Amino acid sequence: MLSVKNLQVNYGRIAALKDVSFEVPAGKIIALIGSNGAGKTTTLRAISGLEKPSGGTISFKGKDLAGVQSHELVKLGISHVPEGRKIFPTLTVRENLELAGWTVKDAKEVKRRIEEVFTFFPRVAERVGQLGGTLSGGEQQMLAVGRAMVTGGELLLLDEPSMGLAPVLVDEIFDKIVALNKLGTTILLVEQNAAEALDIADFAYVLEVGYTTISGSAKDVADNPKVREAYLGV
Amino acid sequence: MKIPRTPWLLVVAAGFWAAVQLLRLVGFNDYYLFIANLSLVYVILAVSLNLINGIIGQFSLGHMGFAAVGAYVSGSITTLIFKLSPNVAAHYPGFVLALVAGGVAAALVGVAIGFPTLRLKGDYLAIVTLGFGEIIRTVFNNIDAVGGPRGLLGIPKFSTFTVILAFALITVAVIRNIAESAHGRNMIAIRENELAADLVGIDTTGYKVKAFALGAFFAGIGGGLYAHLLQIAHPTQFGFIYSVQVLIMVYAGGVGSLTGSVLAAFALTILTQLLKSGLSSLKSLTGLPIGGDWYMVLYALLLILIMLYRTEGLMGTREAKLMVIPEEDDK
Repeated sequence: MLSVKNLQVNYGRIAALKDVSFEVPAGKIIALIGSNGAGKTTTLRAISGLEKPSGGTISFKGKDLAGVQSHELVKLGISHVPEGRKIFPTLTVRENLELAGWTVKDAKEVKRRIEEVFTFFPRVAERVGQLGGTLSGGEQQMLAVGRAMVTGGELLLLDEPSMGLAPVLVDEIFDKIVALNKLGTTILLVEQNAAEALDIADFAYVLEVGYTTISGSAKDVADNPKVREAYLGV
Repeated sequence: MKIPRTPWLLVVAAGFWAAVQLLRLVGFNDYYLFIANLSLVYVILAVSLNLINGIIGQFSLGHMGFAAVGAYVSGSITTLIFKLSPNVAAHYPGFVLALVAGGVAAALVGVAIGFPTLRLKGDYLAIVTLGFGEIIRTVFNNIDAVGGPRGLLGIPKFSTFTVILAFALITVAVIRNIAESAHGRNMIAIRENELAADLVGIDTTGYKVKAFALGAFFAGIGGGLYAHLLQIAHPTQFGFIYSVQVLIMVYAGGVGSLTGSVLAAFALTILTQLLKSGLSSLKSLTGLPIGGDWYMVLYALLLILIMLYRTEGLMGTREAKLMVIPEEDDK
């Protein structure tokens, strides 16, 4: 579904991504793991058109994404949940969700999707009239995922959904990611929390200082001695 | 665009118009009328700046530059018409067209400035817009055809109370309706978090350029009305300090609250006049070296106090009832 080949991204003269390649097949959960500064967020930002690649190709369902602006990706079917959630703090939960339906011209469809988010995340439904900024970290993450659900992407890019959350909430969020995948959404998950990510992923790639180094089925990657030592701490 | 069932804005504007007409009969002199007119011009300037600074959250410091474009363009057109045939009454349709032409010219300048600069954020955008505002002013200062440093003189006094009030009403109504629409919510989303707005599919750059152009358009109208009120367009009228004055109105009223901008435009225009005359009489009474122009010092002090003690301004982001279009029932 999504294919990234030899991707390079520079920040000024500093190369953040040197050679990143991976495949995201439809219907699967793909994990991209790596430590701080490995280039995980940059990779997602490049897919979303927020960074301009200096080399390599990104294609989605056979279409080259070069030159596609970030706001146009939603229409193509890619939803990006950014790092740190980035919800709209002074808008209510409902307004946050309604905004995400901006590109969907059918108002009834937006309503239906919002209802879907409420069934999927009952805690978001409880907070519907509250301002986004007053939600807890976990609730904000749920709202951010809910927002992506309303945009209706077939491919969901998730940037560090576990960031700053209590372990019990991390489990809850990851359960929801699996459930969302079962409903038919393809997921590209970027995580520092390698253990949790490898637990739910079908395939995994390890990103190290701008290169994709180790890849394979999530189980194989989890069993790789280097991964076990560097990322899983066993 | 939803239209409210009771056009309260129109009712209030009509009430204000009638009240001023009645007061004119009982000693509301030309000076008071001038202050009312000036306040309404500032309503146009403050509300249009609030669209840019408050609603879509792009910090612009060059609003008076756009007003200058409107003033000079419309002023040039009307002085030309007036020279050809000095029959004032016959020229009102021409005047309205000249104002709109001034607004369009200002909007074009807004787009020209907006495209390269709107990718900048916060302080950088403020500095660049400040620079552009001064460039526009300096350009007019050096074009001899519009009077250069002498200013464009002999502009006919077409800005009557009724005309200014009508344009103020249109400005407030248009910007209010945009702010209350889905487009307005997208603009607020851009203010709140540009990245997230982008990622839910909102064309952030497009919105910013459009908001900038629309704000500039109404600033151009305001500038045109201003020139036809004072009968002169002079580079010093559109200096940085006046952009700041409009900015203070937006902040004092509450960033994002159109009601606040309207109230602050009136309050601060009246306050300015009181301070100017008050400080002048203080000077002649006591001999203290405090002239009328020292009102700007008190203005700056006011801005500091707002920032320290009431960041959200008079109204915060709240609106008076008449500024809100009631939501339709969901059921």
